[in-house]
Amino acid sequence: MSPRIADVWVYLSASPLLGLTMTLVAYQAGYWIYRRAGFNPLLNPVLLAIIMLVTALTLTGTSYATYFDGAQFVHFLLGPATVALAVPLYLQFDKLKKLALPLAVALLAGSLTAIVSAVGIAWLLGAGEGTLLSLAPKSVTTPIAMGIAEKLGGIPSLTAVLVMLTGVSGSVMAKYILDGLRIADHGVRGFAVGIAAHGIGTARAFHVSEQAGAFAGLGMGLNGLVTAILAPLLLLLWRTF
Amino acid sequence: MLGALTVLLVFQLAGEVIVQFAGWPIPGPVIGLLLLFLGLCLRGSLAEPLRDTANGILQHLSLLFVPAGVGVMVHFSRVAGEWLPILAAVVVSTALAIAVSALVMQVMVRRGDGEDA
Repeated sequence: MSPRIADVWVYLSASPLLGLTMTLVAYQAGYWIYRRAGFNPLLNPVLLAIIMLVTALTLTGTSYATYFDGAQFVHFLLGPATVALAVPLYLQFDKLKKLALPLAVALLAGSLTAIVSAVGIAWLLGAGEGTLLSLAPKSVTTPIAMGIAEKLGGIPSLTAVLVMLTGVSGSVMAKYILDGLRIADHGVRGFAVGIAAHGIGTARAFHVSEQAGAFAGLGMGLNGLVTAILAPLLLLLWRTF
Repeated sequence: MLGALTVLLVFQLAGEVIVQFAGWPIPGPVIGLLLLFLGLCLRGSLAEPLRDTANGILQHLSLLFVPAGVGVMVHFSRVAGEWLPILAAVVVSTALAIAVSALVMQVMVRRGDGEDA
């Protein structure tokens, strides 16, 4: 680098503008690729943006803390976004009331399965406690999952990565699992995907049908609430016995 | 839009305050979500600006995951060191959760239909 460019770099890397701009540019580049690939779930825009940003930060020797100084403005919106989930839930309320019992039982079964099997499998395979606690809320949409991980004593940023892996793997597998089980109803299919694979699964369900997407959004929102209550309770039980 | 954003932040703040006072192990924004949901049910209607703002934020929900996701660079060694338990747990557990949720709901819906008939 010439001295001049080095000066500019030093100035920019100390300002939040760079981290914020990089985040928006990388996400939009990722989204462009995702769209061009016909919304292939393997080319998830979030995953692509993360790969681009980690590569750029590593190559320039920029620390995550420096990057986050700027990116925190985007990160902050996770709070209001969580609150905003009340709106689609309210709009789906009529459907919710009609199917209240099946939805509630399926939600509880799915939520318990997601938490217990994730932590159980990782524990059997020898994962450490930080990883186990970060895995517990992996099926929940990121803003809620990170809050749960923090409360449990896990690592919120690790949880964000695990949530991403969950969403992508769920979106890829869902069709084959549900076809194999001969489940045809789009409401049921969507709800299951929303419970297990949160927002990324919901986005995928919307590509299949409006009904699947609406039920997936419902499953995502409700599982966020249920896991926020169940995960700390399960941890308490685990620690007691 | 400004008013709607303020509503979301006020509910988030209320949620944070309640969680802090009660010492609940639940994230504040989740309580904010519940409060807003209850508020909408009590009000019985949804103002258009709130609907548009909520939809706008949720449309770009995945963007909001990015800054935290980049945090993987801090956890690189942990993820690399525990890649087998992490990958197995995520993939198997997600498949199980999809299957169990769908099967349980299918059975419950059919039972309900049977009772109606």
